[in-house]
Amino acid sequence: LVAEIEKKITEAFEVFDRESNKTVDVREIGCIVRSLGCFPNEAEVQELIEKMEVEEPGGFVHLENFLPVVTKVLLDRRFRPIPEDVILHAFEALDENKRGYITKEELVKHLTEE
Amino acid sequence: MGSGSSVNVKYKYSLQKSENAFKAAVLIQQWYRRHVARLEMRRRCTWRIFQSIEYACEQDQIQLHNFFSYLMDQFTPSSSKERDFISRMFISGESYKEAELEKYCDYESIEVPDSYTGPRLSFPLLPDHATALLEAFQQKQQLHARYVLNLLHETRKHLKQLPNISHVSTCYSEEVTVCGDLHGQLDDLFLIFYKNGLPSPSKSYVFNGDFVDRGKQSLEILVILFTFLLIYPKEVHLNRGNHEDHMVNLRYGFTKEVMQKYKVHGKKILKMFQNVFCWLPLATLIDQKVLIIHGGVSDTTDLDMLEKIRRDKFVSVLRLKKRKESSRKPEIQAINGERESGADAAGNEAAPRLSLHPHSAQAPSTANRLEFSRWLRQTVQEQIDTCRRLVDISESEPEELTYSSMVSLKDVDELCLTRQEEWKQILDVLWSDPMPQEGCRENKVRGGGCYFGPDVTEKFLEKYSLQFLIRSHECKQEGYEFCHNRKVLTIFSASNYYEIGSNRGAYVKLGPDLIPHFVQYQANKTAHMLTMTQRISRVEESAFRALREKLFAHTSALISAFKAYDGDNTGRITLHNWATAVESVLRLGLPWRMLRPQLVRSTKDGMLEYKSWLDDLAMEQRSQEHIQSSLLEVIYRNRSNLETIFRIIDRDHSGLISFEEFQQTWKLFSSHMNIELTDDGINDLVRSIDFNKDGNIDFNEFLEAFRLVKQCPV
Repeated sequence: LVAEIEKKITEAFEVFDRESNKTVDVREIGCIVRSLGCFPNEAEVQELIEKMEVEEPGGFVHLENFLPVVTKVLLDRRFRPIPEDVILHAFEALDENKRGYITKEELVKHLTEE
Repeated sequence: MGSGSSVNVKYKYSLQKSENAFKAAVLIQQWYRRHVARLEMRRRCTWRIFQSIEYACEQDQIQLHNFFSYLMDQFTPSSSKERDFISRMFISGESYKEAELEKYCDYESIEVPDSYTGPRLSFPLLPDHATALLEAFQQKQQLHARYVLNLLHETRKHLKQLPNISHVSTCYSEEVTVCGDLHGQLDDLFLIFYKNGLPSPSKSYVFNGDFVDRGKQSLEILVILFTFLLIYPKEVHLNRGNHEDHMVNLRYGFTKEVMQKYKVHGKKILKMFQNVFCWLPLATLIDQKVLIIHGGVSDTTDLDMLEKIRRDKFVSVLRLKKRKESSRKPEIQAINGERESGADAAGNEAAPRLSLHPHSAQAPSTANRLEFSRWLRQTVQEQIDTCRRLVDISESEPEELTYSSMVSLKDVDELCLTRQEEWKQILDVLWSDPMPQEGCRENKVRGGGCYFGPDVTEKFLEKYSLQFLIRSHECKQEGYEFCHNRKVLTIFSASNYYEIGSNRGAYVKLGPDLIPHFVQYQANKTAHMLTMTQRISRVEESAFRALREKLFAHTSALISAFKAYDGDNTGRITLHNWATAVESVLRLGLPWRMLRPQLVRSTKDGMLEYKSWLDDLAMEQRSQEHIQSSLLEVIYRNRSNLETIFRIIDRDHSGLISFEEFQQTWKLFSSHMNIELTDDGINDLVRSIDFNKDGNIDFNEFLEAFRLVKQCPV
């Protein structure tokens, strides 16, 4: 099972490996982890990145450092999907006037307000 | 303390509320980011699929050529028919000297009927002619064959005067616009002219090759480009691309397009195009600082040599595998040019071949071996003479060099060496791709040119005091892309190249400061109206359809691969093994585990019943039941190879080949591809598809019988 998970992670990693040299830009880490089915928030993504070694200059992460961290995430089943009713609830909490949608500006406001 | 505590409560309440709001917002952000990440993954996977299939196709071209050399090695003509057949295949093309060319491809005798309502050209061309052509093509009209030929003759005359490397200066026109691959997509050219303006004394253009193939309006694009070239010779510059090559055209659609549009004069027109293509310049230099070539450079690219080459000698740049020493035939021998010290690890590097045409192309019709060898000796003698003439640099008549050869001669080895070097220069410039790693290695994927690294670029730019390179040759999502530390710019002007919504096209403008400014576009209104998700889904669907076709074409190999993992013969394998097996067969380097949900629908306990999966795939593709399914699969997999081979056999481009020719081809083909086919099997096949029973097979009918003709492209 571990081998299979590692293969899957490596595949996803390689899709973002622009130069085919087993490294990806650190800014793509969140995207890769999410495309594997995880739902971490931004803080959690940062946590993960801190566990990996980021090579400077350029801000690259090597597959060697990426693989063990993310394998653990998948094995531990962390960052599971948000259930639909919870997400719906979240939308409704922000949509006070019951319009059926929220705008990008509103979302940004809620995220950045003190 | 009542009011105080109620204030506290209110405060607590609103604090709670905004905390909740924040939490909700974070959840939504989490969910949204995941959604975007999935889309991005899908988009990239789709791109990978298209690219890997495209390059695998180009690799097929190598296989095709291997097939030809296999024929050369293995086939002993046992009858006059077979001899003729082979000699037709390899003593390729008629050698046209200029006078002969004018005579064969003459246009003056072609009458233009009064009923013809299209544009009429007269020379020298004027801007009004260009406008008339643009309007006519926009209304889907066709230019009369007479004018096409006339235009081609004039274009050839003009191109002959140009050097191999065109020089452009930005001080005369304020800006130069550089466009990349167009591949027959006329809409993109129209869009470029619409956005950027038509070529004129104040608007210079450089078109960087690959005007033809794949798209359906290659002819119209060439007519327009050549017209502008003749009207504004100082402002319009064309570079040759790897698709300006009749061997490539046979495979990728241009030949077909011309024959379909010009049923009577198509052959002449094709012959003229062949001769115009080889006269296209190889590169353009802006202000002595920016070099524009179609493919790239290698660690041996030498601009001085490039400038001196007789570029018209290289009608086609594709090559054959070197003949094996062991199977040397007493009568027919090939040139084994000495390889340069350039690394040749695999040992199967191709040597270029000189085709020196026998003046008597007719092999003797009797089955007499003696006769045949006498003819051959005479032919060989003629070729030796021709060779000797070539060695003298001050030859008067240019000989055409194509890729096949029939003569071996020690004297000619030295000549071969120079020709080989020259040929490599052109091949590298037209076919190479940049790579992120340092170094320079053979481009095995395309079968020509090399992969060159940032160090090669750096050295090259330094050697010739250049600032950067502009090249095309590779499709880019945004229409353009920098690499090698912004020293190499790829510009690609065919939008929606793989599928509607797959990519944008772009062109780049350079002023005297040589700072590039880009304009991107997408020539399809539908694409604009779709949301990002819809666009991605649409392209994705198309990619997966193509991928499923490829899987079907390898059914037998896949079954064997799956069986290897299914020792107990349960008919099922794990998804993990499925992915490994598929990659080992298709070798496309794709992320199969990511793609799996789209390709494999029903699994049980993480296991796949592979036989029924393959059956489902077949259902999508299969047409006629009475033909053996394995035969169908083989034909399908080699469909484009077959088509190319047929076109080469069908020398007069009549679209018809005889039964015997078909049987010959099939026999050779099947022995090379290791297929078991009895003579009866072939006969049945042949008879079942000759619908009008006239002893001839129309190639389109043949394909139609198996419903292998694709719906859209040419």
